[in-house]
Amino acid sequence: MTSRPTSTGGLIDGFKTVLRRDLRVSLRRRSDTFSTLIFFVMVVSLFPLGVGPEPQLLRTMAPGVLWVAAMLASMLSLPRLFADDHSDGTLEQMLLSTHSLSWMVVGKTLAHWMSSGLPLVLLSPVLALQFDLSASATGVLVLSLLLGTPILSLVGAMGAALTVGLRGSSVLLSLLVLPLTIPVLIFGAGAVEAHNAGLGVAGHFSLLGALLIVTLMAAPWTAAAALRISME
Amino acid sequence: MTTPIDLYDGSPVLTLDNVACIRGTRRLFSDITQVVAAGELLRVQGPNGAGKTSLLRMLCGLLAPTEGRVLWRGEQLSGQRDTFGHNLVYLGHAAALKDDLSPLENLLDACALGGHPTDAAAALAALRSAGLRGHERTAARRLSQGQRRRSALARLALCPAAPLWVLDEPFNALDTAATAWLSGLIEAHLQRAGMVVLTSHQEVALGAAQQQVLQL
Repeated sequence: MTSRPTSTGGLIDGFKTVLRRDLRVSLRRRSDTFSTLIFFVMVVSLFPLGVGPEPQLLRTMAPGVLWVAAMLASMLSLPRLFADDHSDGTLEQMLLSTHSLSWMVVGKTLAHWMSSGLPLVLLSPVLALQFDLSASATGVLVLSLLLGTPILSLVGAMGAALTVGLRGSSVLLSLLVLPLTIPVLIFGAGAVEAHNAGLGVAGHFSLLGALLIVTLMAAPWTAAAALRISME
Repeated sequence: MTTPIDLYDGSPVLTLDNVACIRGTRRLFSDITQVVAAGELLRVQGPNGAGKTSLLRMLCGLLAPTEGRVLWRGEQLSGQRDTFGHNLVYLGHAAALKDDLSPLENLLDACALGGHPTDAAAALAALRSAGLRGHERTAARRLSQGQRRRSALARLALCPAAPLWVLDEPFNALDTAATAWLSGLIEAHLQRAGMVVLTSHQEVALGAAQQQVLQL
């Protein structure tokens, strides 16, 4: 009656169960992923229309525009990260689980990134064409997004956990999360700009990698603690 | 119930020791002392808003009591969060179903997260015993309210090893057949020395020998 879960197996089991469940849910409601993508495409496409077809100007603007659009697009689905689980009661079951809540948060965040961040990364080379970015600059852009968007999801998970159950939390969430992601924007867009200026990009990527590691260490734990407080 | 707390004899036991709950500025209840021993059923009664759900959430460790202590086997709940979940099945107001997943997928995930992983064959059998034959793979959002309840309750048939069942209005939306099925599950659980805490507005005939009522 009192058999206890094995220590390490238990951690990974919770992570796997939550990851598989959330991926399955997002596969069955693809409209969320599509609306994120369409928003991204719309915002990015408005800039060439707005500022006119000046190739040099567009090339200069491209990294910043793509990065800001990616950040805003990844904010769209963030409020629902824990809110759905909160309203259908599965969040309570996760809190009562014997598995580590932090690992379950990692699973949820990874599923969120795979359904909203990763599609943005994959789509970005197509959008870079509109800005006449060179092939190598596009490569740097994709790599910087690949390193940066998981940070957005992780920082977003902390904000989403803090605001779960609050009324009108989506605006508050963006106000909480966007300032914290400014370094990601600076180093992410900065990597492409440095490449265009003929400078090395290793420093920018190292900093992005360091940011990713730090948030990966701190964010799941913080989000788990925030969830326990929010659910009281 | 006046059993003193120090009569704890090593059997699985849940103790509320002078528990009070204050939500915002409202005092929902206070000075609640109650012992639930193995094989006992505790029915929590009270009008709407009396704090029944808050009390159940305290029993699960989801809500810390404002005053007093909740003890499981003589130790405070807050100190054994990692292991207590294994002893517990909590079914709250919401059915804890993902609308886009089928009852089968929901059940397998719920059991895995609850620390009682099971296989698809056992889960299918449990869903069929819950009267969901033919709906095991339908998306949960297409089920009726009663079918959603049954789908959530099917977990009870798979988790007999968890000694404590905490059920919030389990009989809501159930028809007579499902009510009889659930009563049978609860009685069987009590007979194997399990504990059940539930809230219910309806009078449900449970032939349990040890039945206590806590009026809020």
